[in-house]
Amino acid sequence: MFQIIRPRPAADVVVIGSGAGGGTVTKVLTDLGVNVTLLEAGPMLNPLKDFKEHMWPYDVPHRGSGEGGASYFGRGRPFGWFSAHAGGWELDGEPYTSAEGSKFMWFRSRILGGRTNHYGRISLRFADYDFKPYTRDGIGTDWPISYDELAPYYDKVESFIGVTGSKEGIRSAPDGIFQTCPPPRVHEALIKKAADRLAIPCIPNRLAIITKPTNGRPACHYCGQCGRGCVTASNYSSSQVQIFPALKTGRVNLITNAMARELITDETGKVTAVSYIDKTTRSEHEIRCRTVVLAASCCESVRLLLNSRAPRHANGLANSSGQVGRNLTDSVGFSLGGQVPALVGLPRYDSDGMGGAHLYMPWWLWDKKLDFPRGYHIELGGGYGMPGVGSFQGVCAQHEGYGESLKKAISDDYGTHVGFSGRGEMIPNAETFCEIDPNVVDRWGIPVLRFHFKWSDSELKQVEHMEETFTALVETMGGRVTGRRSGPASEKISAGGEIIHEVGAARMGDEPSRSVLNKYCQAHDVKNLFMADAAPFVSNPDKNPTLTITALAWRTAEYLAEEMRKGNV
Amino acid sequence: MLRKIAAAALAGPLAARPAQHVHQAVAKERAGSGGVYQPKALTAREFSSLEMLCELIVPGAAKGQAAAFIDLLSSQNRELAAIYTGGLAWLDDTMEHRAKATFLAARPADRAALLDQIAYRRNSTRDLAAGIRFFEWARRMTVDAYYTSAAGVEELGYLGNKGMTEFKVPQTAIDYALTRSDLR
Repeated sequence: MFQIIRPRPAADVVVIGSGAGGGTVTKVLTDLGVNVTLLEAGPMLNPLKDFKEHMWPYDVPHRGSGEGGASYFGRGRPFGWFSAHAGGWELDGEPYTSAEGSKFMWFRSRILGGRTNHYGRISLRFADYDFKPYTRDGIGTDWPISYDELAPYYDKVESFIGVTGSKEGIRSAPDGIFQTCPPPRVHEALIKKAADRLAIPCIPNRLAIITKPTNGRPACHYCGQCGRGCVTASNYSSSQVQIFPALKTGRVNLITNAMARELITDETGKVTAVSYIDKTTRSEHEIRCRTVVLAASCCESVRLLLNSRAPRHANGLANSSGQVGRNLTDSVGFSLGGQVPALVGLPRYDSDGMGGAHLYMPWWLWDKKLDFPRGYHIELGGGYGMPGVGSFQGVCAQHEGYGESLKKAISDDYGTHVGFSGRGEMIPNAETFCEIDPNVVDRWGIPVLRFHFKWSDSELKQVEHMEETFTALVETMGGRVTGRRSGPASEKISAGGEIIHEVGAARMGDEPSRSVLNKYCQAHDVKNLFMADAAPFVSNPDKNPTLTITALAWRTAEYLAEEMRKGNV
Repeated sequence: MLRKIAAAALAGPLAARPAQHVHQAVAKERAGSGGVYQPKALTAREFSSLEMLCELIVPGAAKGQAAAFIDLLSSQNRELAAIYTGGLAWLDDTMEHRAKATFLAARPADRAALLDQIAYRRNSTRDLAAGIRFFEWARRMTVDAYYTSAAGVEELGYLGNKGMTEFKVPQTAIDYALTRSDLR
């Protein structure tokens, strides 16, 4: 079926995946003079052609509902037709399965830059205590590194990609190297007043968006459309900010449409080659390599390890601990919104701003005893968004009717809603993991992942706390909560994978029997195998993972380059 | 490469840039029919009836090309086409029973009487349920078509999608909201 082709001399480093981790490793290694072969499972990115920034809905006949009005039937693109993700929770020909009784949603973006082209750009450092959760409350596992060990890499990443924020001195939200965050929008100023009254800190947001020219990238132009991809690269995407410049060094051999299938090892267990499928020809290729860095995203990298089986590692590569696929978590997600009468009739202004809120609320009860462990941060929504398909579905359903009274209801309602989204920490549990489904292969014949997922009481109690908090915020603003669902927290919490913060399935640790990787994200079992996505995470604190992926990847890349220089790998 | 992209992007007015290929596709669609939309899924009579319904739901809907939006999507989606051909036939049948006229030909007062019933879920009876469900579809899509058009965007007062060199919020707007809440 497949034609096996074996060309080319051995590459120094093969990096698999071009998202936040792979992009960072590629940038750091090429800066250090190391040659990189970069595999991406999707096509090349052309921002001018691929990004739908500044398009109006009326620029397309379907107005953003998709061909045949797909979004009216629940079949629209996730985050809307204009989003830059080039993927979704379902990909043609690339299935995954959920075990009986489990639901897990796995978001994949197949394009240079992966999910960094569209992600929310929220860039929060983990707190010092986040690295030592077991020491602090006896639950979970400590990281093999401390905040102080990672902090210099947070500094490097923030300085390079550009992150907004302000010095606040809040322990749960360590300060970084920040660019100025634009001022709050009107609804955000109102939310802050309400938060002040409830003694919840509400501070300038930390987004990977530049508000001053940085490394040749122009400052943000405040169109609010980061999720569509930014043609001027005024926000962080690994494709534009790291890989395009790295390509100019001449040290990158980029291979797109390359779906990694297996890592080939020799009799000593070292990786000698990466086998991949060229999607455009469905032919199989091998690249011999000195070192490999997996950065295909937490679960995709784990899938590759589990599919790389040989007599001496029958349960998958780097898996003598049996921990590959285990300790998987996603963030706890819950949202609630409200309509705020004080915003009705507000003099209109251009509220676009950055693509995301200008304020956020870090976790504020980290030193209090609650009926659940750990915590969550709060993201804000609201303002005069660009009208789109579905924007007024709520007011139509509530007001009903037709004619001038309906138009007035829509006009009065526009821009008067606020939303709150909690993103909280999930504790790893034995019933949440992924493994190879022996019954199913994808369109290239590669065995797929099967997910097991279960929330515990820790997360459900957290959702109850979120609901109480968000209700208090809306009501303190004089608003009315909308869209509240009845029922237990188990019916209100996000589905596993829905928040797209899947992490931890090949965790780091000092003990090879309990972890897959050492403190440099190097496999305990395989010295020339490194990981640079969210798979090495030991826990999943209430901070979006991307900034920590990039900081860890930066550190791993520097370590790898030094080990190569010393001849250790 | 990055700098080249940035330079190209900033050379023209922000709004005019990347959507050009799409603009061209839409223009081509219109040019082929002499600028007048030709129904693709509905018959000419159904389309006229839909145009009237859309205009009753959102006065000015024609400026948002609401009927054309619905017809075009219906031409790509049989499930949607069935909702509209069925719903428009239901309107005609019901008007025939009540006023011996099609929806299009009925007196405005008779049309209004029917819409006043099917525009609200609380009026659901065995006789009206199908009409109410259809009206929800028509209302939702007419509203979407109108408010995603240039006319609707202007009416709402959405001022964005322009880009700006500095993000500022008018103090008058903040004062307005704070004064009306009790959060001063």
